[in-house]
Amino acid sequence: MIAEIGLAALWLAAALAVLQMVSGAASLRAAQGEINPLAIYARPAAIVQAFLAVLAFVTLLYSFAVTDLSLKLVASNSHSMKPMLYKLTGTWGNHEGSMLLWVGVLAASGGLLAGFEKRLPERTMGATLAVQGFVALGFYAFLLFASNPFERLPVPAPEGNGLNPLLQDIGLAIHPPTLYAGYVGLSVAFSLAMGALMTREVNPAFARVMRPWVLGAWVLLTLGITAGSYWAYYELGWGGWWFWDPVENASLMPWLAATALMHSVSVLAARDALRTWTIMLGVLAFSMSMLGTFLVRSGVLTSVHAFAVDPERGAFILGLLGLYIGGAFTIFALRAGAVAEGKRFAVVSREGALVFNNVMLSAILAIVLLGTLYPLLTEAFDVRVSVGPPYFNPAGAIFAVPMLLVMAVGPLLRWKSDKPARLQFELALIAALVIGVIALVCFFGQFPLLPLLGLGLAAALAVAAFLPLKGRNLRRVPVATWGMVIAHFGIAVSLFGMACEGAFSQERLAAVAPGGTEQIGDFAFTLQSVTPVAGPNWTALEAQIAVSQNGGEPVILTPQARNFWSPPQSTSESALLTKWNGQLYAVIGNQAEDGRWQIRVWWKPFVTFIWYGGILIALGGVLAIAGRVRVDVKRRSAASKGAQRRADLEALGAADPVPAE
Amino acid sequence: MKAKHQRLVLVIIAFAALIAAGAVFVWATRNQLSYFYFPEEMAAEPPAAGRAVRLGGMVQKGSIKTEADGVTVTFVVTGKTADTVTVRYRGILPDLFVEDSGVIAEGSLGKDGVFVATNLLAKHDENYVPKELEGMGTEQAAKMVTDTTVGLK
Repeated sequence: MIAEIGLAALWLAAALAVLQMVSGAASLRAAQGEINPLAIYARPAAIVQAFLAVLAFVTLLYSFAVTDLSLKLVASNSHSMKPMLYKLTGTWGNHEGSMLLWVGVLAASGGLLAGFEKRLPERTMGATLAVQGFVALGFYAFLLFASNPFERLPVPAPEGNGLNPLLQDIGLAIHPPTLYAGYVGLSVAFSLAMGALMTREVNPAFARVMRPWVLGAWVLLTLGITAGSYWAYYELGWGGWWFWDPVENASLMPWLAATALMHSVSVLAARDALRTWTIMLGVLAFSMSMLGTFLVRSGVLTSVHAFAVDPERGAFILGLLGLYIGGAFTIFALRAGAVAEGKRFAVVSREGALVFNNVMLSAILAIVLLGTLYPLLTEAFDVRVSVGPPYFNPAGAIFAVPMLLVMAVGPLLRWKSDKPARLQFELALIAALVIGVIALVCFFGQFPLLPLLGLGLAAALAVAAFLPLKGRNLRRVPVATWGMVIAHFGIAVSLFGMACEGAFSQERLAAVAPGGTEQIGDFAFTLQSVTPVAGPNWTALEAQIAVSQNGGEPVILTPQARNFWSPPQSTSESALLTKWNGQLYAVIGNQAEDGRWQIRVWWKPFVTFIWYGGILIALGGVLAIAGRVRVDVKRRSAASKGAQRRADLEALGAADPVPAE
Repeated sequence: MKAKHQRLVLVIIAFAALIAAGAVFVWATRNQLSYFYFPEEMAAEPPAAGRAVRLGGMVQKGSIKTEADGVTVTFVVTGKTADTVTVRYRGILPDLFVEDSGVIAEGSLGKDGVFVATNLLAKHDENYVPKELEGMGTEQAAKMVTDTTVGLK
């Protein structure tokens, strides 16, 4: 019964999406200053639709919580013996559930936009909601016709199939929802961009409406990617933190586009420049979200994320992708010429630096996109190639290094036009740091080029991030500026972690008999014993490894080789010892015939900084949103006070005419 | 410079960057692409020693041998014909690496004709088959299908 309510809610929501689309489009037909009688339905439709879509998701969540085995989706992806947390997270650990989550977030953000955004002109708002409804409608259709999450089994299954053990992890509770919310936040940016393009209202006021959505989506994408990277690092047991796997790239590409968009929308808001460029990036960012969904969900890729290989679904998403992206670029091509040019600026200026950053980000995006799609293309011609780190790392670095250098200087430049001579000291400091650190590291040993560059840049960026605060009263610095400083510093921290991991990691692989000791760096590790252990739905062989640094107090690490019994599968659980300056990473392998155990241990200096940096970057974004919202609230209250005062004055003025006599 | 000219310059810069990215891609992929080989292809046209490639096939029954250090493993990969390639791998074997099962080895061919693998991909879980293995012989494919669709339908 509960599932039927969910299905009905989904159908109703789809119907409301149609209403929202029609009503929003009607507002475009209204004459200046008038309101089309049809146009008033768009906002309520979006809000009610948000409630219905969220309700549909909640009913599915409930079905998973009680393990309703008469539902096909629950029976094939859950198990009554699973821990409660993983029953719930299992809701989006499969194709249909994750698409329902996507649609739920899409509708919820559409509802938020409709409910709270009052600054935009009604016509632009109508057009935006029409686009949002159109996007939502496509995904409702996809859910209802090609991947119905509420499908019943003719006969309830006696027991569920369980969830892929790799996905039974707390990382799964966080990673997909944040990433989805980020993807979908970009859909609002897309709808706003299309709305503004259709009504030719591309101006700073529009940019200020769009900015929190872009920032919010970008923060969530940053967190989602950071969490995903850490999950892959400790769960897959390969010791790497980024594999340039197509699925990872699918989340990186929208992030790159959103980063460019976020900077360009700031220029538009502050300086009324880069109008069409911002719209283009808005379309591009959402296109990348859609492409990511297509790559991950259609089954073109085989990975832990591709839940079901079903050509019909792939074709459906590809159709939606073509419709939305093709449509958006067509409208862009037709309308972009009609958007008036923005304000001009010199090459050496804040805008100039941001344009450079945007162009470099787009180039990196192109590099990643080509590297991701090329193997898929050649496969159609039966040539099987794979594109891996040997391509992505250097090719990406060609554009990333100049971008990072300009990023160090950009925030110091003035708007509109500036003279490089004014920044002599800062430029010299940044150059000295890059060269000095690289020279210093080279002095101590031979390291690969990219980590070396990374170390030099990280040092320079860490200092440069704080230079915009120089000579300012720290208490009066706007919160949004603090956000920028912290996000840029986060990039430096992350880069430092990546470079250290690349340059200084040590690895030890050995077959160790119980009682045997091996050495890695400052650490001595002793295999004490290997014992069987059991969890709620798995059994495992657990190694006790005593690790002591420089002969100090030993710490016990317990890596496991786990065997899940539903579905039957084995995974390797790494054990981590986190120090302030790095992590020791241990994995247990097979037992050799002579009774020795394979143990693989890495010492990864400062590897944790990669994810600390990611968190700092996201924190910077949160501060930027908070700062903007605070300013906006102040402005609104000031405006309403002003209006109040004027009204009072007028009231006084009306009473003013004094009788002559 | 008029605003219109500035917009034109921006468009040109953006296109230049995209073309540069494309050029970097073409240049990098000429020597960084890693091609996929079956054992018979590797026997017929061996790739240059040291070039990163991937080898896919079935692990021959009884061929997995662990060397004295306990962490280096050699095994033989078979394909559709009688040609085989010996693979040496130093590291922890994937959980699902077993005899008579599909495997993809990433690495390069050594001068002695032994394939030195830096990474092995076995069946990841029951829903995941390395895409390359889909082109295997019908019998193997049928076996793979029954192996990989346990519990579906």
